[in-house]
Amino acid sequence: MPVRVQREDFDASAEIARLRAADPKIGAVAAFIGIARDVNDGETVGMLALEHYPGMTEKALERICAQARERWKIADVLVVHRVGELQPTDQIVLVAVTSSHRGEAFAACEFVMDYLKTEAPFWKKETTAGGARWVDARDSDDNARARWKETTR
Amino acid sequence: MRVTVLYFARLREALQCEREVIDVPADVRTVTQLRAWLVARGEPWSSAFGEIKRIRAAIDQAMAQDTTPLHEGAEVAFFPPVTGG
Repeated sequence: MPVRVQREDFDASAEIARLRAADPKIGAVAAFIGIARDVNDGETVGMLALEHYPGMTEKALERICAQARERWKIADVLVVHRVGELQPTDQIVLVAVTSSHRGEAFAACEFVMDYLKTEAPFWKKETTAGGARWVDARDSDDNARARWKETTR
Repeated sequence: MRVTVLYFARLREALQCEREVIDVPADVRTVTQLRAWLVARGEPWSSAFGEIKRIRAAIDQAMAQDTTPLHEGAEVAFFPPVTGG
């Protein structure tokens, strides 16, 4: 289950092609791409700096992918997350899941993103007209994660 | 007991420190006790740990709870809630 943390941009199409290459059992790919916005909490945002905890980040992502594999019958899962300085419209994260059928792929992809949001040690600092500010964690992310305890979908 | 303590994001900036190696007394055995011991050192730890909400901890690069025990040579990290994705 590949997990990568990198400064460079990624090509989602090429990543997905690699992930499902030569596996005729795969009938579905679900993918999510997170993108840097130019507005947050009502203010215009310029540069976004992403910090992480090298070593723990990779372990946390691998653990989340392993949990997804335990919960759903999926073929493979890929997470690519960027760090460093990003601009609005830049890609931040790619999660792609392959499986025989769409249900498992959709559910596992959303599960991985919801857990990444609350468990993987990344922190965003955004630049606004008023200066740089650390992005606050959202309760909605905790709620999104909590619902996976109640249902497997 | 000797531990390495790492700080990230807002907490790292508030402390102006990303890493320190500390010899803690024998009665400091858990995450909560280490945190209390750091705060008891005074500024800037007391303000930073007081003002930044919901600080989480990891031991040896795995999320830890308040009662998770420390060990000789542990890598302990303190950080604000994560905001990736």
